[in-house]
Amino acid sequence: MSFRIFHALLFIATALVLSGCNKATNNDTNAAGELIVRIGSAAPLTGNQAHIGKDNESGTRMAIDDANAKGLIIGGRKVHFELISEDDQADPKTATIVAQKLVDDKVNGVIGHLNSGTTIPASKIYNDNGIVQISPSATAVNYTAQGFKTAFRVMANDAQQGRVLGEYAAKNLGAKKIAVIDDRTAYGQGLADEFIKAAQAAGAQIVTHEYTNDKAVDFTAVLTAVKGKQPDLLFYGGMDPQSGPMAKQIKALALNVKFMTGDGGYTPEYIKLAGDAAEGSYASLPGVPLSKMPGGKEFETRFVARYQPIQLYAPYCYDAVNVMIAAMQKADSVDPAKYLPELARISLDGVTAKIQFDAKGDLQGGAITMYQVQQGKWQALETLGATH
Amino acid sequence: MNIFLQQIVNGLVQGSVYALVALGYTMVYGILGLINFAHGEVVMVGAMLSLSSLGLLLGWDVSPLLALPLSVIIAMVGCMALGYGIERVAYRPLRHAPRLAPLITAIGISILLQNLAMMIWGRGYHPFPVLFANTTHSFAGAIISDVQIAIVVLAVLIMAGLMTVVHHTRLGRSMRAVAENQHAAQLMGVDINRVISLTFMLGSALAAIAGLMVSANYGLAHYYMGFLLGLKAFTAAVLGGIGNLRGAMLGGLLLGLIESLGAGYIGDLTGGFLGSNYQDVFAFFVLIAVLVFRPSGLLGERIAERA
Repeated sequence: MSFRIFHALLFIATALVLSGCNKATNNDTNAAGELIVRIGSAAPLTGNQAHIGKDNESGTRMAIDDANAKGLIIGGRKVHFELISEDDQADPKTATIVAQKLVDDKVNGVIGHLNSGTTIPASKIYNDNGIVQISPSATAVNYTAQGFKTAFRVMANDAQQGRVLGEYAAKNLGAKKIAVIDDRTAYGQGLADEFIKAAQAAGAQIVTHEYTNDKAVDFTAVLTAVKGKQPDLLFYGGMDPQSGPMAKQIKALALNVKFMTGDGGYTPEYIKLAGDAAEGSYASLPGVPLSKMPGGKEFETRFVARYQPIQLYAPYCYDAVNVMIAAMQKADSVDPAKYLPELARISLDGVTAKIQFDAKGDLQGGAITMYQVQQGKWQALETLGATH
Repeated sequence: MNIFLQQIVNGLVQGSVYALVALGYTMVYGILGLINFAHGEVVMVGAMLSLSSLGLLLGWDVSPLLALPLSVIIAMVGCMALGYGIERVAYRPLRHAPRLAPLITAIGISILLQNLAMMIWGRGYHPFPVLFANTTHSFAGAIISDVQIAIVVLAVLIMAGLMTVVHHTRLGRSMRAVAENQHAAQLMGVDINRVISLTFMLGSALAAIAGLMVSANYGLAHYYMGFLLGLKAFTAAVLGGIGNLRGAMLGGLLLGLIESLGAGYIGDLTGGFLGSNYQDVFAFFVLIAVLVFRPSGLLGERIAERA
C-alpha cells in the first residue's frame, strides 16, 4: 500500500515537473550563451503535396536565418532562433501528433500548418498550451472562427477569396453556366462553397457540383459528367496535384470551358503538370504580386538563389516568421503569453502584404490577385478585393 | 448517349491499367499465398525509370521512335531486378514464417521504396515528355486519344501473351505446379526458388509497363503514385478472384468501368442525394457485395486444402 502511495507521489511529482517544463518560458541557452528560441514549422514534407510543404519549410528557414544574421537582442539577451520542422503529411490525424510534439519540444511559436484540414485540428492543441500559431496558408473560415486567441494567419480566408473568384467568374469572365469540382478537404470544400455563393449572387447558374479527393489523378469520369451539363466555366477547389492533371484531361476530353482554381493551383508545378493545357487557366492568390511589393523582388531573388523557384507559400511563411519575431521584439519577450498581445496589434510591411490582424486573427485588407497562364507562365491580371 | 459511351471508354482505359497491375498481385498470390503490397511501388519505380531513361536518351538526340522502346526495356529490366531483389530479401527468408510476417515486410518494403524514390527523384512531379502529337479521335461522340488506344491494345496483347506463357510453356507449367502444391512440385524436380523468382520478375516487368502507361496517360510521374494505384489494383484482383489470372483481368476492367460509371451517374441516379464523392464507396460496395455472395471473387475457386 505504502508502495502505491509512493508511486502516486512520484507520478504527481513527475507531472508537476513536466507541466513546469511545458511552460514555454524556460528556454535553453546554447554554447555561445545565447537564448535559444524554437520556432516550429509544420507542413507536408512527404506525400503528393511535399513540393509545396518543402517550399513552406524553406520560406520559414530563410526568415529564421535572416533573423539570426541580425543578432537580435530580446529581453536583454542575445537570441538564437532554431527551426524545428515537422512533417504532418497533409493528414489531420498526423497533424495533431505533430502539434503535440512541437508543444513538447517547447517551441515559442508555430508557423503552420499548410492545409486547412491540418491547421484546424492542430490549432486546438496550440491554443490549449498557449502557443502562438501563424498559418501561412490555411484559408478555411473556421480556423479563426473557433475563438482561439493564439490562431493567426497571413493569408486571406476562403470567404474573401471565394467571393473574389466567384464574382470574377460571373462578372469579368461573363460565365453563365458554371460547373464546380472540389476535393472534399476543408480547403477545397470551403473555397468551392464560397465560390458558389458569390457566383450565384452575381447571376451565374451552378449547373453541377462534382467531387474528387486529394489523392486522385483520374478525373475523366467526373469531367465527362460535367461535359454532359455543358458549362462555360469549370471551377476546381483543391491543390495542384489534382488541378494540373485535371486541366490536361479537360483538354483531352475536348471539354470547352474556362478553367479556374484558387491559390492551391497557383504554382509552377501546375503548369508543368498540365503542359500546354495550362494555357489560359485562371487562379487567384491572396496578396499583391511579389514584384509589386517593396522587398518582394529582392526576396524572390534570394530565395531562388538559395533553394529553387518559389512554389507557392514560401513568401507567406517568410512574412509569418518576421511578424512573429517583430512581436517578440516589441514585447521584449519570447514568451508566447507576453508577445501575443503585441502580435494582435502589429503592423508590418511584409513581402506579400501589409500585415495587420483583425480581432479574429485574420489578415486585414485581404487583397486578392487574379492570375492567368499566358505563354506558359502565371501572369498577374488584376488585384481585387482590397476592401475589407 | 455519347456521355455514356465516353464513360465506357474512360472505364476501359482505367480498367486496362488496373488489370495489368492486378496481374502482378494475383500471380504472386497464386503461387505463394502472399500479398505483395510493394507491387504498387514497383509500378512507380517502373514509371520513374522509364521517364528518367527517356529524358536521358532524348538528351542524347536519340529519335523518339527508338528512345521509347529502349526506355521501356530499361524500366522492365530495372523492375525485374527490383522484383527479384524484393523476393530474395523480404519474402524468401520468411517463406515458412507465419502469414503475418511477410505481410509486414511487404508493407515495410513499400514504405522503403517510396522513400528511396523520394530521395532519388525528389518530391516534385515529373512531366512526361511529349514524344508524338497525341491526336484524339472521335467516334460516335466519344473521344479517345492515341495514348489511350495504345494502352488498351497493349494491355490486351500483354494479357494474351501472359496466358500463353502460363498455359503453353515449361515455365508456365512449373508455375502452375508450384501454385498447386509446392512440396509435390519440388519432389517432381521443379526448382521452386527459381520459379518463384521468375514469377516476381514477370509480375514486375508487367508493372513497369503499367507504370509507363499511367505516366504517359496522365502526363506525370511522382514517387507517391504507386500507393493508390496498388490499392485499386489489389481490389481489382480480389474482385476477380485473387490467384486467378483471368479474374485479375476481369476484375481490373470491371473496377474501371464501375468507377467511371459510378462517378458519372451516381448523382443523377440518386437525384443528387449521393454525389461523385461516393465513387470509391460505390466501387467498394460492389466489392463487398461480390464477396458476400462469392467469397473467393468472381472467377476464384474455393480451394479447401491449399498448401
